[in-house]
Amino acid sequence: MRFLVSLVAVLVLMGAAYFGSASSGGQYLFGVIIPYAAIALFIAGVLYRVLGWAKSPVPFRISTTCGQQRSLPWIKNSTLDNPHGTLGVLGRMALEVLFFRSLFRNTKAQIHGRPAFRFVYGADKYLWLGALAFHWSFLLIFIRHYRFFAEPVPGAVLGLQSLDGIMQVWVPSVLITNVLIIGALVYLWGRRLVNPQVRYISLAADHFPLLLLLSVAGTGAYMRYFSKVDLIGIKQLAMGLVSFAPVVPDGLAPLFFTHLFLVCVLFAYFPVSKLMHMGGIFFSPTRNLANNNRAARHINPWNYPVKVHTYEEYEDEFRDVMKAADMPVEKE
Amino acid sequence: MFDAGKVIIGLVIFLVLITFPVWYNATIGNASYVPDPQIITTAPACVAPTAYMKASHMDLLNQWRDDVVRRGNREYVAADGTVYNKSLTKTCMDCHSNKAEFCDRCHDYVAVGQPDCWDCHIAPEGGAR
Ligand code: HEC
Ligand code: HEC
Ligand code: HEC
Repeated sequence: MRFLVSLVAVLVLMGAAYFGSASSGGQYLFGVIIPYAAIALFIAGVLYRVLGWAKSPVPFRISTTCGQQRSLPWIKNSTLDNPHGTLGVLGRMALEVLFFRSLFRNTKAQIHGRPAFRFVYGADKYLWLGALAFHWSFLLIFIRHYRFFAEPVPGAVLGLQSLDGIMQVWVPSVLITNVLIIGALVYLWGRRLVNPQVRYISLAADHFPLLLLLSVAGTGAYMRYFSKVDLIGIKQLAMGLVSFAPVVPDGLAPLFFTHLFLVCVLFAYFPVSKLMHMGGIFFSPTRNLANNNRAARHINPWNYPVKVHTYEEYEDEFRDVMKAADMPVEKE
Repeated sequence: MFDAGKVIIGLVIFLVLITFPVWYNATIGNASYVPDPQIITTAPACVAPTAYMKASHMDLLNQWRDDVVRRGNREYVAADGTVYNKSLTKTCMDCHSNKAEFCDRCHDYVAVGQPDCWDCHIAPEGGAR
């Protein structure tokens, strides 16, 4: 059900753009108005979410991370898994952001062995591999698209593109990231359908982004390798958008508007969805805080000044009564 | 806001990267440039309709290459009945002998660069870079 809803949603979006871009008014809507609106929602939404997180206090360092913390000099500590200083935190964050180190620890619980059944936790690296393949491909594809948004095209983009097409099969060259991203997305989505446990906990909000990304990658690859579109016109549209003088050249293919619209939906949907983990990862308290709980005092940020009534004050208040009752007092 | 310094640095990096096309084209770039591939032949038309050629000429070239190299078939009959030799150098580059002002202009614009075809195939004199 939940995946059907997502599938139908993506198909409806595709249909809307495909048929909606038939008229010139529709082309202006899908080629200019919606992209501007989507990017504005994206930037405003990301800022809103990030500032919201930045306003939430983190009470103390979470020390339950996966390595020995620094204590006595003769106990070996783990600088990357349980860092005590900024450098270690930077290292841990970099490994997390670039290589998903936490996901590498992913395990899978299974019942093993006959006739003696045993419950074991085995390594499960496929999720990590699929995630890594997807995210890196997506990043490289994103950067590669700057060829449509910059004139002259920066050398780094050209270099990246020729590296990506290094296999030199087919005309135009098949790009490695194209194959990887589609393969990875099919795996990541297939996993949510085939594995009963994962399927059970998957919501529409899990299926929809995967299907949306798959449809973005699918329409893009289909245009590049099969249907072909007028790239010169498309770059004119893109350059018009980024220089705030939008033009919609004639004769752009409906499939191109479909692709563009799906990307716009992705941008607009981003800040209100789980995809915000792009920013969220930088705010993970178990990753971005040095474990120096023993070395430094951390004051809970929401501590208010507690009104205390010390014993001296108490005695001052009740000294007469206490003396009258023959109770010992410290100050006569 | 907690850790305001770090959060703001992060957000500034994000904004600079995401708005790259805007400031790049406004400073170093040339946003209004539109390539104009020069047609220097007096022939009235290309080997296939212009709209098709514009987007799909690499498909046609690929098709021609396969036909010649794998099937030994060198004859291409255009829609208007004209017969062409399926050849990159002898046919395309005969009419479009100005590679630099024709093929390259478009290709540089959308970062096709120099297709590796020219490693082996010869571009007409003067048209080569
Ligand atoms: C109207 C602009 C235009 C002109 C003129 C043009 N091309 Fe292209 N060419 C393109 C575009 C756009 C692509 C596809 C780029 C892509 O898919 O990334 C392309 C791709 C190609 C490719 C495939 C390259 C690859 O590595 O995938 C070849 C081969 C090619 N063109 C040959 C030529 C030749 C030869 C000429 C001159 C006779 C020429 N083109 C003129 C726009 C043009
Ligand atoms: C008989 C001469 C002739 C031959 C051979 C020829 N072309 Fe053309 N080509 C033309 C003419 C003339 C035009 C302009 C058509 C127009 O303006 O409608 C053109 C247009 C084009 C365009 C579109 C340019 C633009 O500005 O949109 C491309 C791309 C192209 N040719 C590539 C090729 C390729 C690749 C080959 C070889 C497969 C080829 N041509 C063979 C004469 C030729
Ligand atoms: C490794 C060298 C090499 C590269 C790179 C190469 N070709 Fe060729 N190509 C050949 C050879 C060799 C032939 C056979 C020539 C013949 O039999 O006339 C040929 C034949 C062709 C033919 C038909 C015959 C003719 O005269 O043109 C076409 C069309 C063609 N190639 C297009 C391309 C295109 C387009 C590219 C770039 C995407 C390309 N080739 C890249 C070596 C190469």
